[in-house]
Amino acid sequence: MSEIILLRNREIENLRNYDVYVEHGGFEALKKTLQMDPEDVITEVKDSNLRGRGGAGFPTGVKWNFMPREDVTKYVAVNADESEPGTFKDREIMEENPYQLLEGSLICAYAVGAELVYIYIRGEYWEIAEILDESIERMRAEGLLGQDILGSGFSCDMHVHIGAGAYICGEETALLNSLEGKRGQPRIKPPFPAQSGLYSKPTVVNNVETLANVPWIMEHGADAFKAIGTEGGAGTKIFSVSGCVNKPGNYELPLGITFRELFEIAGGITDGNQVKGILPAGASAAILPATDEILDMPLDYESLKPYGTGLGSASVIVLDETVDMAWAASKMVQFFAHESCGQCTPCREGTYWLERLYERIDHGDLDPEDVERMDSVAAQMQGKCICALGEFAVNPVMATIKHFREDYDAAVAAAQGSGDIPVMPETTPAGD
Amino acid sequence: MALMTTRRADIEHHLAKYPDKRSAVMPLLYIAQEEYGHITQEAIAEIAEIIDVDVTHIRGLIGFYTMYHDKPKGRHLLYICTDLPCAVRGAEAFSEQIQEHLGIGHGDTTADGMFTLENVMCIGACHRAPVMQVDFRFNYNGANWEDLTFERAKQQIEDLREAQQTE
Ligand SMILES: Cc1cc2nc3c(=O)[nH]c(=O)nc-3n(C[C@H](O)[C@H](O)[C@H](O)COP(=O)(O)O)c2cc1C
Ligand code: SF4
Ligand code: FES
Repeated sequence: MSEIILLRNREIENLRNYDVYVEHGGFEALKKTLQMDPEDVITEVKDSNLRGRGGAGFPTGVKWNFMPREDVTKYVAVNADESEPGTFKDREIMEENPYQLLEGSLICAYAVGAELVYIYIRGEYWEIAEILDESIERMRAEGLLGQDILGSGFSCDMHVHIGAGAYICGEETALLNSLEGKRGQPRIKPPFPAQSGLYSKPTVVNNVETLANVPWIMEHGADAFKAIGTEGGAGTKIFSVSGCVNKPGNYELPLGITFRELFEIAGGITDGNQVKGILPAGASAAILPATDEILDMPLDYESLKPYGTGLGSASVIVLDETVDMAWAASKMVQFFAHESCGQCTPCREGTYWLERLYERIDHGDLDPEDVERMDSVAAQMQGKCICALGEFAVNPVMATIKHFREDYDAAVAAAQGSGDIPVMPETTPAGD
Repeated sequence: MALMTTRRADIEHHLAKYPDKRSAVMPLLYIAQEEYGHITQEAIAEIAEIIDVDVTHIRGLIGFYTMYHDKPKGRHLLYICTDLPCAVRGAEAFSEQIQEHLGIGHGDTTADGMFTLENVMCIGACHRAPVMQVDFRFNYNGANWEDLTFERAKQQIEDLREAQQTE
């Protein structure tokens, strides 16, 4: 059994209950931290090589270290927007082990000198927001939030802010705008949130899973964390595995695991089929063809870079041989067209035109030039947008055309009457 | 009745959370939606006054965020996820079955005003496809709306309809 840092709820019943959490060492890390110099807390997290679990994989301690040391108002914003297709990991942490997230967030606030923490959670996690609200209320009652926490002189409070259905609000500066009551549209960077974030004040934005690691790191030390995983990725990672596997779900595993091992753990490919394509990070990162080389690659924040993709939030969508990749790309194109915030012309117009082009597959009138048009619209979007969504939207198009051109050719052939349009299976899975 | 009359405590609770009252716009819009079923023009005007912004700003936000509605909807909003991970597990066919059962298309409201149905992007339950939400919740009316079969979904929808009619 490998080390479990985050999904301890799988082993400890009712961990979401305050007393159970405390019984199992909860808030010991906080107590220890409050005795330390905040500077040493930042150093410990930096030394642990913890990297952001929200997508970009940025070193967490380095991010905290960017925060100014002056005694000015600062904020922590917890990114609980979790809207990347295929991602359902932060949800389990918040539903089943909420205090570990809150403890980690509080340690972060202490380290950077913030007195207010906002948890920005997507609106579709309404019930989970209620769990967080109740947990925060309990912490206030226990003196773990508010004035002079545990006699340390440190004061801090936390609030939950519920989003309202916009994927783009997961982008950290869009999140901050949304929290300020504006449209959730990304800001031009720089300035980065550490310089000018919420209400133009220095702000740390971290993902739920990132922060939930922090109590463990403070308790066991940076070296123990680094001892798990690889050079390119310390610690464990929750892999949200969805799509064509027999046991889709969250799996917390040390970084460095391979796709082959992961699929085995997730019950193997549905119906004994062959895996065809792997989306390592939801719809955002480019799809990988399931070659032996890819299947046996140790997964961390560096290993997938040479393949033009990344581990991101490790929301692994498995697509088997029955899936038409042109169809899969069209689903992702629809997603990005729906979620573009519209402020950059290349992203707004590009996703619109891509969606129109992909509709032709469904309508059975895709012609050979359309495939080139898709590629060229995508190419024109690259590098011209304010935020990464514009880049994400290009990936499903270019990567599927590159690796699975035959699926587009089949759609063209079908349109010309020389083949059948591939359709998705009509059956629903067994459910319960 | 004005929101400040019916929901004063809730509104003040949210205003107190932020150093800038304009940040409270999102929770206040949810309160209006809960209270009236959708966000009415009167509610927009009232919220604009409470947080001291222009009504056009608030209308812009309602247009931007998909979970706010300024038009009447069915009593319950049913979401069905048909995004890629769910779709490879049959969610599109599932949605069609539900649409057929309710006799409405995606985006429509049933004749009795009970349900509005929307196909949505990923809602974080891909491992439990096909999946629905009732009023943004995975658990509603004593039932869980994940890992559904068409038969179970149909049953739960009818149970919900019945629970409302006897209310
Ligand atoms: C379009 C877009 C959507 C994003 N969605 C999320 C999200 O839902 N959750 C998240 O934690 N990070 C998301 N991110 C990444 C955040 O911008 C940011 O990098 C992250 O919250 C930083 O936290 P971390 O360093 O702990 O990962 C998104 C980024 C982009 C460009
Ligand atoms: S790239 Fe797209 S989503 Fe990002 S800011 Fe521009 S228009 Fe908005
Ligand atoms: S794709 Fe349906 S819940 Fe994620």
